[in-house]
Amino acid sequence: MSKVDINIDGINISVEEGTTILEATKELNIDIPTLCYHPDQTIKGSCRVCVVDIENQVNLSAACCTPVWAGIKIRTNTKKAREARKLVLDLILADHNQECLSCVRNGNCELQDLCMELNIRDTKIEKINHKLPIDDSNPSIVRDESKCIKCGRCITACHDVQGVGAIYNVDRGSHMRISTPPGKKLNEIPCVYCGQCINVCPVGAIYENNDIQKVWNALDDESKHVVVQIAPAIRVSLGEEFGEEPGSIVTGKIVSFFNRVGFDKVFDTNFTADLTIIEEGHEFLHRLNNGGKLPMFTSCSPGWVRYVEYFYPELLENVSSCKSPQQMFGALVKSYYAQKNNIDPKDIVVVSIMPCTAKKAEAVREEMNDSGYQDVDIVLTTRELGQMIKESRIMIKELPEEEFDNPLGISTGAAAIFGATGGVMEAALRTVYEVVTGEELSNIDFVSLRGIDGCKEATVKVGDLDVNVAVANGLENARKILDMVKEGKADYHFIEIMCCPGGCIGGGGQPILGTNEIKEKRIKAIYDIDSMSKLRKSHENPVVKALYEEFLKEPLGEKSHKLLHTHYSPKS
Amino acid sequence: MVNLLSKLCGKISPLSIKEYKESGGFEGLEKAIFKMSPKEVIDEVKNSNLRGRGGAAFPTALKWNFVAMENSEDKFVICNADEGEPGTFKDKVLLDGCPFQVIEGMIIAAYAVGANKGYIYIRGEYPKSKEILISGVKILQEEGYLGNKILGKDFSFDIEIRSGAGAYVCGEETALIESIEGNPGRSRFKPPYPPNKGLWGKPTLVNNVETLANIPVILSIGSEEYKKYGTESSTGTKLLSVSGRVVNKGVYEIEFGTTLKEVVYDICEGMEEGKKIKFVQLGGSSGACLPESLLDTKLDFDELRKLEIGLGSGAVLVVDDSICVVDFVKNATKFFDHESCGKCTPCREGNKHIIKILDNLTNGEGTERDLKLLNEIAMVMKQASLCGLGQAAPTALLTTLKYFEDEYKNHIKYNCPAGTCSLKEGVAINV
Amino acid sequence: MTKTENVLRAIEEAGNTEDKLIEVLLKVQERSRENYITENQLEEISQELEIPLSKVYGVASFYSLLSTHRRGENVIQICNSGPCYVRGSRNVVNMFESALGIKMGEVTDDGKFSLEFTSCIGSCDVAPAAKINEEVCGNLDKKKIDEIINNIREGVK
Repeated sequence: MSKVDINIDGINISVEEGTTILEATKELNIDIPTLCYHPDQTIKGSCRVCVVDIENQVNLSAACCTPVWAGIKIRTNTKKAREARKLVLDLILADHNQECLSCVRNGNCELQDLCMELNIRDTKIEKINHKLPIDDSNPSIVRDESKCIKCGRCITACHDVQGVGAIYNVDRGSHMRISTPPGKKLNEIPCVYCGQCINVCPVGAIYENNDIQKVWNALDDESKHVVVQIAPAIRVSLGEEFGEEPGSIVTGKIVSFFNRVGFDKVFDTNFTADLTIIEEGHEFLHRLNNGGKLPMFTSCSPGWVRYVEYFYPELLENVSSCKSPQQMFGALVKSYYAQKNNIDPKDIVVVSIMPCTAKKAEAVREEMNDSGYQDVDIVLTTRELGQMIKESRIMIKELPEEEFDNPLGISTGAAAIFGATGGVMEAALRTVYEVVTGEELSNIDFVSLRGIDGCKEATVKVGDLDVNVAVANGLENARKILDMVKEGKADYHFIEIMCCPGGCIGGGGQPILGTNEIKEKRIKAIYDIDSMSKLRKSHENPVVKALYEEFLKEPLGEKSHKLLHTHYSPKS
Repeated sequence: MVNLLSKLCGKISPLSIKEYKESGGFEGLEKAIFKMSPKEVIDEVKNSNLRGRGGAAFPTALKWNFVAMENSEDKFVICNADEGEPGTFKDKVLLDGCPFQVIEGMIIAAYAVGANKGYIYIRGEYPKSKEILISGVKILQEEGYLGNKILGKDFSFDIEIRSGAGAYVCGEETALIESIEGNPGRSRFKPPYPPNKGLWGKPTLVNNVETLANIPVILSIGSEEYKKYGTESSTGTKLLSVSGRVVNKGVYEIEFGTTLKEVVYDICEGMEEGKKIKFVQLGGSSGACLPESLLDTKLDFDELRKLEIGLGSGAVLVVDDSICVVDFVKNATKFFDHESCGKCTPCREGNKHIIKILDNLTNGEGTERDLKLLNEIAMVMKQASLCGLGQAAPTALLTTLKYFEDEYKNHIKYNCPAGTCSLKEGVAINV
Repeated sequence: MTKTENVLRAIEEAGNTEDKLIEVLLKVQERSRENYITENQLEEISQELEIPLSKVYGVASFYSLLSTHRRGENVIQICNSGPCYVRGSRNVVNMFESALGIKMGEVTDDGKFSLEFTSCIGSCDVAPAAKINEEVCGNLDKKKIDEIINNIREGVK
């Protein structure tokens, strides 16, 4: 690429040909306001908040989508540009439900920030009164169209990143809305509840169904024994809600918080992640040795499970029958743990903290009650946990680090990496290799499966067999692999699919705005936890071993089948 | 009036290839593909100074050259027959009167730029024109003018007809491309321009019907002869669609350089009895409203540019003094509010608020502040909208604010000089 | 013709590719007695062309010639663009409304007529104009409008 000489606000600078004005101004530390622009998405150029003045041009140009050319003279701070940006913002505001104080995004809203930054004080444009219904038809996602500013980021996330297409532009002109097919709510269409739309929404038009009050109620109810589990991805991202650097590890402080507010036990989903590896690893070997359906797909991502149920029902038999770690945990608490501690499972409330909105819907799936009680009672996202901590007024940053309770709080590094794309596969390979060969795996780091690339693959020699594995994250990437499998063009044995880009650390319940740059920092923290762990293979987890001895007896055994495995059904 | 471009319309049977050939049809094509290289064809068009007739007046040969220079297996030529600009009906005259001429222009264009596939995007409101085009293409396929090895030469090109479905914005070339791809017609930001990345990301030439109809003429009579028509800066002829309160409404071919006064009073024989001219809107709903004092303006790209206006599609709407300017602009803005694709903020939101303010004015609730705000909204639409629709939508508002400011101010004082908006008691107008 | 046959035939004629969505929608609507595309048909089109339902709706609602609401057997579209406005399209609206006893955007009780606006139909030389189904009628006045309605009511083509 050749360089071109340009001039921005009187300063000469040389940039790569094809650079947009937005990128070029960043090099000079000028922060052009944006709204529809998202660093990880295709450029839309639709909000027009980023307009700049170009010498000898009558009209303004949108910085996000205009590439520079040799000799261009850009003025970012002219009266014309400033006033246009303000008026554009004013036009957006007139159509926006401004109940900011009670908005879920109060304090973390790009529109609010822009109004502050662009010095919006009095608005000129007459407000339009909104009477649009709120869609809270499902356990996971709420849409409030009155807040929508029509930037289209959610559509990109839903169609281009996830290949789901639940929402789209409806109508045109000033009536244009972003909507599900008219007359249908999210629970009536193939929405997988991944929440990627939430993560990219600049305002409060889409958010998770808030369950915080249910948790407070459970804690306030003395007759209840309330236990909590936290997913692998929470500990590397919650800090962001409190201004910590992305990738800060705050595990001990979270445990400390739970103890303070009165949870009876603080456990770790990582424990059942280890257990999942044992069950899923054996299931894989069973399929391999007994002519079972291959390739086998992982099943811990509920958005992915919904997706395959809707879009690839013909591949349902390929999906591992293992419940997700969240659900295995709930089932075990209400059976093994309840028995062991002599607690009536009806009095137990299982709360889980997940990076995921789809987990809320997974928890209420009809089949998830094998102990006789619903496995998991309440699911909070990372963001909701952040909100709950703020509401408690406990200054989490100042809390001491505390340890998870025994026994369901013990885990290995293999469980930790469930939170990142490729992690489940890596954890499974560490165990499968040693189970099959009986030898110790010399290098347990499967580096080729790590990182946020959409599709990854590897071949691992396990005994006499070359095991071909693949990893996909983001459903549009998954689709590529699924189509290959469907057409018989793939020779994989085992495939990990995570619904969300980057895996669970990029889940729909994670702190906003989780850009790829931030996701990579979360992933690094996940692998740091793994490498710092004493035990790094799931089959070495002593509590998992004890669980089999005391209760489950053997992987894929009768009890396991009842409590830890499930089934799926096609959705039309 | 002249008879260069439209000389066959109404003179021959539109689908008779025999009559078309006897009248000189396909001379241009044969000359091009048998005697000229693609580059020579582009040079000939360049020498003619032909500029796009769809509204933007972009030099045609330059556009062709951009496509020709692209290195791609697939290139497309699209005939933009989405004639949606209100008051414009001249493309229909060409399509219905002499479809072969338009298609011949497309074939020559395809030869010049190296395209192998063409589309005619015809607006859904013209079902009969669509049928004529479908038949026309079929005939030309049978006669060897379309398909593989056209006229035995190593040049293949075929055409598919696509129907619009009621969206003015699809006249904008990137919105049109989106529509052919099966999407809502929402404009793309530019660059990339269609000649570099158009239909399915491939180099694509989009030309208006009238532009393409000029091509066979230029090739057959030669660019030097062609340039004798019109003015130095604006060569050739232009089809005008005249409507409103003149005696003779219709489509007329004029040489560039003709004045609006000549159009209204000579060609159209003046105003209807008892009607007095108030203004002429030039170029359709997205065009400027010119008061009587500017009727001596020559229809010539350079002359018009001096007034900061464009010829647009060549629509001439002659409006009489019984029409209230504020109400007229409100009606035009409702059109844009309805036709905006809704993608970019200024256009999606701006039209709606302009209508609200104009409503205030015609209801006797307008203020000085409203006039200022009208201007501000109009300017942000013009300067910051994503595509030509939003940029041009407030033209009628801005030009009437300029030339008929008093009439707006009168409305603030509860007075509609024309007496035809809802301010006037007894004339209930609720649309 | 059952609805499914209608959709399948439209797809067979237009072609089973994503870019033919608009053509398919137009064809399905053309064959509908009530000039619209039903929810079921939209879903069938979505399945057949493998386009998300949200997008099929998005396209159908974008283009004004397409309708997802029931319309009359005869759709009367009155042009309200500049040239017709200047020549009295508002009177035309009033005359149609009172002749049919419905407002713009409504369907008559007997399902015979619906009234809509349309953007310019390129018949400005005979403004004010309206499109009655596929036919353009220009220079409209009360007499012509009554005649049009009577002809349709009496089945005269």
